[in-house]
Amino acid sequence: MKEKRRKAQKIIFNSEKEMPIAPMSLGSMTFNLTGAWRNIRPVIDLDNCLQCGICWKFCPDTAILIENEYPVIDYDYCKGCGLCAEECPAKCITMEEEIR
Amino acid sequence: MIEIRFHGRGGQGTVVASKILADALAKEGNYVQAYPEFGVERRGAPVYAFIRIDNKPIYDKSRIYTPDHVVVVDPTLVEAIDVTVGLKPGGIIIINSDRRPEEFNFPDLYRVVTINATEIAVKHGLGTLAAPIVNTAIVGATIKILNLCRLESLIEAIKEGVPIKPQDNILAAKEAYEKAQSLL
Amino acid sequence: MKKVIMGNHALSYGAMLARVQVISAYPITPQTQVVELLSEMCASKVLDAQFIKVESEHSAMAALIGASLAGARTFTATSAQGLALMHELLHWASGARLPIVMGNINRAMAPGWSIWSDQNDSLSQRDTGWMQFYCANNQEVLDSVIQAFKVAERFYIPAMIILDAFSLSHTYEVVDIPDQALVDTYLPPFQPAFRLTPDDPHAFGGLTSPDHYFELRYKLQKAMEKVPEAVEETGREYEKLFGRYLGTVDGYCLDDADIILVTSGTAGSTARVAVDNLRKKGKAIGNLRIRLFRPFPFKIVRQLLRRAKKVAVVDRNISYGHHGIFYQEIKSALYGFSSIPVFGFIAGLGGRDITPETFEEIVDYTLSHETVDSEIIWIGVKK
Repeated sequence: MKEKRRKAQKIIFNSEKEMPIAPMSLGSMTFNLTGAWRNIRPVIDLDNCLQCGICWKFCPDTAILIENEYPVIDYDYCKGCGLCAEECPAKCITMEEEIR
Repeated sequence: MIEIRFHGRGGQGTVVASKILADALAKEGNYVQAYPEFGVERRGAPVYAFIRIDNKPIYDKSRIYTPDHVVVVDPTLVEAIDVTVGLKPGGIIIINSDRRPEEFNFPDLYRVVTINATEIAVKHGLGTLAAPIVNTAIVGATIKILNLCRLESLIEAIKEGVPIKPQDNILAAKEAYEKAQSLL
Repeated sequence: MKKVIMGNHALSYGAMLARVQVISAYPITPQTQVVELLSEMCASKVLDAQFIKVESEHSAMAALIGASLAGARTFTATSAQGLALMHELLHWASGARLPIVMGNINRAMAPGWSIWSDQNDSLSQRDTGWMQFYCANNQEVLDSVIQAFKVAERFYIPAMIILDAFSLSHTYEVVDIPDQALVDTYLPPFQPAFRLTPDDPHAFGGLTSPDHYFELRYKLQKAMEKVPEAVEETGREYEKLFGRYLGTVDGYCLDDADIILVTSGTAGSTARVAVDNLRKKGKAIGNLRIRLFRPFPFKIVRQLLRRAKKVAVVDRNISYGHHGIFYQEIKSALYGFSSIPVFGFIAGLGGRDITPETFEEIVDYTLSHETVDSEIIWIGVKK
């Protein structure tokens, strides 16, 4: 099933006066949806999941959340690196081609 | 303005001597500027320390080339180097030595005063004959000979600025001050 | 309380009175005593600060960048090669708008290996976005640390307090050490408008697109432009509390001066002696010592120099292939406003002494030349 994708938004400052003085949160991650970089996507077979949390720990983008004690992938931010699939001891995560 | 140059050897506390003198003079409201030789100090090598004294702010930050007086902390330096370089005519050469002033061979335009600071220091337990700590004694004599400040101000400065054996250092300074008085 | 202290310790006392919270430094001659005393103050709890030991100046500045971003008041000190090693992070500190204050002891750059004074170390960092204060005596060193924090924290710009090797760093002078309670009223605790905190998470210093970078730099420059006035204002405030004015420049005998010497650092103090000597000989000379070099106080410099017939800039530095660096600044300040001849002298590199006679030689040259026919006049080169 292909979930509905949010669209990345740009932060627009109309003048320098609206900007912070320091380079901070100029491109907030709220709007910078790095899931768009992905060309392979992890898919979890929850039937075989051990609930060990290793995928959650390893995800370099904190794009795996634990909901109701099971991992859920946040496709808005998952870049498709495949680390979770590599580390999963039950081998229940597979990397599938991204279809857009 | 009075400018004084101290001659010593690295490790003898020559710079500390100029600092104690500066402290004592500052207590009487003088403006002072004391500085070591600019550079690296090596134990045993001839070293210098300098002090400027005035009753108004001292703006001149250049080095002292023509001191009014010199203080020779280590007597062996008299043979090793020329302690009179740049010394103004009429200047006093104060030497830590057991010899009499006339035994030194300086031009007539200078006056030589000797004080046996080593003996005084050792008597008060400050170092040994081979390695005496003479800075407080020599400063005690210097303030009297050059009439720079009161003994009490020096004692205060030693109390505050000499962490090791302050009481012995005060006694050494006092004895040297009194000996110097008898020389004048 | 009056105390006889060396210039290096004047920096330490300034930092102590400013109640710095994080110090990180690496020792280097002739700066060592600055951090020696600060580490003792931390160990004996006279100063309630974290002293972070590091393996290089680059790391020292990196540590302060983190601490400052977390909201701490931070201080370090260095010199010459150490400052050069920090270079990358100097940009980082100013770009991130962190009000770090640093003491730099002016020491000539190697090779030839030198521990003596000239200004090429700090002036090589002039475009890093740091304020630069050049000091002429130990009192000014101490006072400048306190004032620099006040200005730095108002504009979020880091500041360098600069003093000559040995002729200040190792020279003992009588310094009035201000009362802590009074300093506290002048310089309240640092309360940053933004900081790294879990309560309000932000990403700092991240990728900044061409859409934003330009404006950030614009804002840094606009803040810099407000500094000269703020230095004068905070200097007057300082004078009210402590009796000593801290301005952008220090003028001496300028009103009727035909020739104005432009100086900095301890040379700017010695120049006053030369002015007195020359005035006794009937020569109308004045001395304009530049205290604030970055941002450059164009307005007041223009105002004060326009009255002179000639200007003689004395540089203890050189921009190789160009001229003395203060000379460039003065010419650029006067361009379009005045056509008086500006002479540029280079003296005192690598700790060569600058004496009252040095200035008398400079004045003699200036008096005997009507036009500038050489952009560098070397003083004291053995020929």
